[in-house]
Amino acid sequence: MSTNVLMNAPTVRPRHTRARLRSRRTSHARPTRSVLLTVLTALVGIYALVPLVWLLFNATKTQPDLFSSFGLWFSGDFALWDNIVGVLTYDGGVFVRWFGNTLLYVVAGAGGATLLALLGGYGLAKFNFTGKRAVFAVVIGAVAVPGTALAVPTFLMFANMGLTNTPWSVIIPSLISPFGLYLMWTFAADAVPDEIMEAARIDGASEARTFFQVALPMLAPGIVTVLLFTVVATWNNYFLPLIMLRDPDWYPLTLGLNAWNEQATTAGGEAIFNLVITGSLITILPLIAVFLLLQRYWQSGLAAGSVKE
Amino acid sequence: MTTLASPPAVPKIQGRMRRRSRWAGWGFVGPFMAVFALVFLAPIVYSLYLSLFQTQLVGGTSFVGLDNYARALGDPQFWDGVGRVTLFLLVQVPVMLGISLLVALAIDSGRLYGRDFFRLTIFLPYAVPGVVAALMWGFMYGDRFGLVGNFNDLFGTSIPDPLASVLLLPAIGNIVTWQFVGYNMLIFYSALRVVPVSLYEAAEIDGAGPWRVISAIKVPAIRGALVVATIFSIIGSFQLFNEPSILQSLSPNYISTHYTPNLYAYSLSFSGQQYNYSATVAIIMGVLTMLVAYAVQLRGMRKEA
Repeated sequence: MSTNVLMNAPTVRPRHTRARLRSRRTSHARPTRSVLLTVLTALVGIYALVPLVWLLFNATKTQPDLFSSFGLWFSGDFALWDNIVGVLTYDGGVFVRWFGNTLLYVVAGAGGATLLALLGGYGLAKFNFTGKRAVFAVVIGAVAVPGTALAVPTFLMFANMGLTNTPWSVIIPSLISPFGLYLMWTFAADAVPDEIMEAARIDGASEARTFFQVALPMLAPGIVTVLLFTVVATWNNYFLPLIMLRDPDWYPLTLGLNAWNEQATTAGGEAIFNLVITGSLITILPLIAVFLLLQRYWQSGLAAGSVKE
Repeated sequence: MTTLASPPAVPKIQGRMRRRSRWAGWGFVGPFMAVFALVFLAPIVYSLYLSLFQTQLVGGTSFVGLDNYARALGDPQFWDGVGRVTLFLLVQVPVMLGISLLVALAIDSGRLYGRDFFRLTIFLPYAVPGVVAALMWGFMYGDRFGLVGNFNDLFGTSIPDPLASVLLLPAIGNIVTWQFVGYNMLIFYSALRVVPVSLYEAAEIDGAGPWRVISAIKVPAIRGALVVATIFSIIGSFQLFNEPSILQSLSPNYISTHYTPNLYAYSLSFSGQQYNYSATVAIIMGVLTMLVAYAVQLRGMRKEA
């Protein structure tokens, strides 16, 4: 369910690999720049940005202006602040509640998923234990199973356990990220040298102490990358909460926005497209901010290793 | 899955450490496996179990063997959805991955002005939730306050509303492409960055032009990344759900409850209460997905040899 996005994440590698590659690369003669190539790439760039720009412009419009004005420019009254206030206060401030729910699901779900992947990846990379091959086979096999095949039975199981319509029904399935596990596994294998672990053990450190004091600092870049991708997966999650939740009080933002949008088509429902648009903008801003701020991490994480052959 | 099939080499462990960690590893892997068993293994087993039964208003639940499977294999609504996502993936996946590859090659060539800016902006849609992407594009498609309406007004054209015409499937393909083009571009770009420079130098000495370098060195060098991206895009296409599900409220007459197999399984369960049949549909789709993914991987590997 929530793991599809993660399965796509390429492998993270420790940063020193990248530094070496880059220095080799820049020693190479720099090719001349091409205006034509830049223009062609810019077309794709515009394609990527147009919907976001559209969203920005239309978040400043009143509902009547939405229908009557050109999409890619301002029009009429500048209603952005009114719209924001509208989003935050509509229906007793339910949007704020959804925002809080999303934060809860992200902190517990993505945080928990990263923690489990960190521990598991480290264990798989640095220990030789009974049943390790079985663990590998089972996890890899499960990655190939489409989330759809799991959704209905998971719902029925959770319904029997009385977990549906509670935050647990969204958080628990988010805790497993097979690809996060794989990322941490490859990362830990390279980032934590066996000699250092052995030295800590000779000094009498317990396994837990070795992990927290020796290995953890070395794993930090891998942790940030896995966290980033699990955060995106949980923040954007739609299918799982759609199945599990009936009570709008537990909706995450994605489900709430869709409910607002559908309101216009239900009998007697009030159309609030301006709030849907402004709410969408508020929903995507935090993630875009995180990506811009943590650029160094995800770009180095992605750029260094890429997909192994 | 090329990546997944090659785990990092298990480090050689000396006798002392081996004795000590015979079970110690489970202390770290155990928590993951416990939750994994609950949310992955148990539902798969339960799903297989459900697919063998049938619940009827009269008579309750009874064991029916493989009847559900026989019913699904002869169910035109199911195959209608399968056909649609197959068409979707045959067109959308090559277009998306083609654009991703071209942009990755352009950025990697070092011939662009503002390389980092493009890399970032083209990747940004990945951070936008699928729901918001579908809503935004849904509005933009609309002929009421959408860009299609604006365009028609400005140029006097009469492009039909994409959500209420044959353009619907391409319209959905565009949303998916928009979301993932930058993501796949980054995967390809990352793979290109680790191609050994000695290969380029050798090609240059041999007098190879840029196109020759691309076709003879760059693309073969990232075949692994191409195969993985293709497999995951195929899995994504077979699971198509969010976009049609959200656009349904804007285009109820064109998006049926069996528009995609995933949507079909969902409506069977949550509107029709046919849990057993829904589980069966999901299992068949899962098996189909794995077969296609496996075939792509085999083909990708064979070329490599």
